[in-house]
Amino acid sequence: MAEMYFTKEHEWVKVSGNTGKVGISDHAAHELGDITFVELPKVGKTVKQFEVLAAIESVKAASDIFSPLSGKVIAVNDELDATPEVVNESAEEKAWMAEIEIADAAELKNLMTQDQYTEYLKTL
Amino acid sequence: MEEQAIATPINSRHRDLKALMAPFGGWDMPIQYEGIIAEHAWCRQKAALFDICHMGEFLFQGDFESGGLEDVFTFSVKTIPVGRSRYGFLLNEQGGIIDDLIVFRLAEDKVMVVVNAATAPNDFDAIKQRLRGGTFTNITDQTGKLDIQGPLARDVMVAALGGQVAAIPYFKFITMDILGVEAIVSRTGYTGELGYEIFIPAEKVCQLWDLLLQDERVKPAGLGARDVLRLEVGYSLYGSDIDEVTTPLEAGLGAFVNFDKNFVGKDALLKQKETGITRQKIAFQVSSRRSPRHHYEIFSGDRQIGAVTSGVFSPMLGCGIGIGFAESGDYPLGTQLTIRHERVSMEAVVCEVPFYGGGSLRS
Repeated sequence: MAEMYFTKEHEWVKVSGNTGKVGISDHAAHELGDITFVELPKVGKTVKQFEVLAAIESVKAASDIFSPLSGKVIAVNDELDATPEVVNESAEEKAWMAEIEIADAAELKNLMTQDQYTEYLKTL
Repeated sequence: MEEQAIATPINSRHRDLKALMAPFGGWDMPIQYEGIIAEHAWCRQKAALFDICHMGEFLFQGDFESGGLEDVFTFSVKTIPVGRSRYGFLLNEQGGIIDDLIVFRLAEDKVMVVVNAATAPNDFDAIKQRLRGGTFTNITDQTGKLDIQGPLARDVMVAALGGQVAAIPYFKFITMDILGVEAIVSRTGYTGELGYEIFIPAEKVCQLWDLLLQDERVKPAGLGARDVLRLEVGYSLYGSDIDEVTTPLEAGLGAFVNFDKNFVGKDALLKQKETGITRQKIAFQVSSRRSPRHHYEIFSGDRQIGAVTSGVFSPMLGCGIGIGFAESGDYPLGTQLTIRHERVSMEAVVCEVPFYGGGSLRS
């Protein structure tokens, strides 16, 4: 089963082999409210860890989404173009935004595990 | 600021419903309950109930002309028939908008002035200074206000309060007994849908809220949905789209200014009519689901020509919509614009308001 890691900015990455799917947490989706737009990255884009990967807008706010890991975008979830509300319905399952080829797995040490993230949310 | 925000009489109900609350105009108000998009849809399709107790209400009683009231607003008060209301402005000497408001003609010698929450204390002082007679009282604290808006609003009101509501035409109101007290039911609103604004003594407003929500066709809606609804029909929001340094002529609201009468700010507006305005309101539609937002820059080609004052994602149109101000010029429908902010950029075209004209407002 894929391991899930989180950032302090509420992105997640599900690691499977040398790739990882990226999205935002249920907590983040709830805080943003109704999602109206997701700006997906272009396939082939390379990003560094914690750099801007994508953007998301809700009725209330516009936010950047930062990449949990360095790597190259190899796929994006086009379904979110027409139905961004999937982020509200299933932020941590269906609403992955990009799949990246992981450049350096050692960067995982900069992320939180699911348990650590749950504890982190309690401190906010 | 938050700890000082005033609670409306319905505050505990919002908290029971787990509404997201935020300070607005000095009041602790519900922004959303189940979600802005769902509440917006309910208002366009059924009937939504809004707690609007934060808005200000003033009473004037006396002779409108000798008391000075006739010259206070950009419209004539004495020509409003009893039982009707009129929208317009309170201006400063420079023609800037101190507030936009509605005056209800309650009787031959009596009106109620309904103003925005944040501006209410300042409005009261500005109006009082211009009066020469009559009695002028701030009844905001004693007055509760609920808005029920949506295509089913009439059916709901008739079921809850009786048949006399059914015949009220647009921008007319009646005084009637509700829950044993005298209340005003006005066929006005801020959503583009058929609906009513109800003014009732503050001590009864919570009971009326409960009564109307007993009808399963009614759901509560917050200020978040209200903002989307009003922008879809192109209504201005005081503090965002209009303010003390914006005149009604710049804001495209000259239709609510009667130049055949006296009012404070008239000289400035006449001068502006003569020399021409230097900036004007424009409305635009974005080519994607991106939302323009307050303060985003408006570009024509590479040149910034203005800024956005209100913008949202419109669920009815399925794209971003916005209004803003641009340097005066000719912007025919379809004119290409770019809306920018930091690394965000979106294409847009000039369009007409209302953005959405399919509401049940006059049905």
